[in-house]
Amino acid sequence: MLIHPLVVRITHWVNVLAVLIMITSGWSIYNASPLFGFEFPYALTLGGWLAGALQWHFTGMWLFALNGLVYLAYGIASGHFRRKLLPISPRAVLHDIREALRGRLAHEDLSVYNAAQRAAYVALIIALVVMVASGLVLWKPVQLYSLGVLMGDYEGARLLHFFAMAAIAFIVVVHVIMVALVPRTFPTMFTGRFRRTS
Amino acid sequence: MSMDRKFMIHRSSAVASLERRLFLKRGLSLGALSLLAGCDITDQEGVQRVLMAMSRWNDGVQDWLFDPKRLAPEFPESRITRPFPYNGYYPESEVPEIDGASYKLELAGMIREKKPWTLAELYALPQVSQVTRHICVEGWSAIGKWSGVRFSDFLARIGADTTAKYVGFQCADDYYGSIDMATALHPQTQLSLRYADEELPPKYGYPMKLRIPTKLGFKNPKLIAAIFVTNEYPGGYWEDKGYNWYSGS
Repeated sequence: MLIHPLVVRITHWVNVLAVLIMITSGWSIYNASPLFGFEFPYALTLGGWLAGALQWHFTGMWLFALNGLVYLAYGIASGHFRRKLLPISPRAVLHDIREALRGRLAHEDLSVYNAAQRAAYVALIIALVVMVASGLVLWKPVQLYSLGVLMGDYEGARLLHFFAMAAIAFIVVVHVIMVALVPRTFPTMFTGRFRRTS
Repeated sequence: MSMDRKFMIHRSSAVASLERRLFLKRGLSLGALSLLAGCDITDQEGVQRVLMAMSRWNDGVQDWLFDPKRLAPEFPESRITRPFPYNGYYPESEVPEIDGASYKLELAGMIREKKPWTLAELYALPQVSQVTRHICVEGWSAIGKWSGVRFSDFLARIGADTTAKYVGFQCADDYYGSIDMATALHPQTQLSLRYADEELPPKYGYPMKLRIPTKLGFKNPKLIAAIFVTNEYPGGYWEDKGYNWYSGS
């Protein structure tokens, strides 16, 4: 049966590329003036130096934002979000996280997300939207001043941009670990289909 | 914000390649190898062409987003960053000393009155002040107070052709730069002669800098020696090394 529609599969893989460009070039930009007492390893950064990193970042942002808009428009208009991500109850989320940590979470039916997955995907979508909003304020702190006020002006947006990145990086790492633990989910993101095992 | 760190950032290609070699010697995981290739990807001609084309495209988008009437936020003097950081492509000890008595601001290009200006003549013009946030391309920001001549007033006084595309600057060091005419005419763009109510010190660009609170710090030239108006793209010191030309806030 079809579990990942074509639009979702395409936007997923474009997003993988876009987020990889944005995070690795972003780490290089961060290193030019670190907010905290550490730098990202040079080998993990994109662009070579600040100018190259900025070129990647301000090129990648178009890919990232336009792809994200297609995904959000599709998810809302088609009912995909409502069907796959709702409802979410905090109790169910906590319960499923506990079960997942004990290795007892069932994955027979890949067409249905458990509560922990729903929470993670919703959090990721929110973090990506926050990333765009705070990035816009950093890029245009004067022209988009009213948006910036909501985040504590330029320096507030800078912190928010960093922590949204950290949240995305964390969710991505957990996501990749989960795929490694349940490897039959991996081909479905290419084919869109899976065969019931039982 | 120490100076030496600032210089670390603009690491020379020799240092960068040395680092690459050291890293290679330590051995590579497959993942790191693919990411390492990313550094070299940037230098490839085709990739560089795409990135530069996108940078030009972003110039256009920013020009379109720029509202010539929207003011950068101004702050109370209590918010001023002390000490305001020195930043430049050479250490503070190497800032050229300019003799104010013999200094003359040169004018060139599409300007009616090209007579050079002495500092005394500039000080005699109506002065304005602003407390605004300076945002560096590196990410940090600092709030400072600048005073001087509103640049649009100065351009009107010298009969600059404000239908031209660019205003360019040549500085007393090797620095040069250029901005779009709309930004040059913005009410907060200021030919600054003073910092924190004192004569502009050498480290902040004596005898004058162009303060533009709607652009990143490197677009605010210091130690200005000549100003010209032109329709031909003049580029800039950092822009020619890859920074985005418009770099507007």
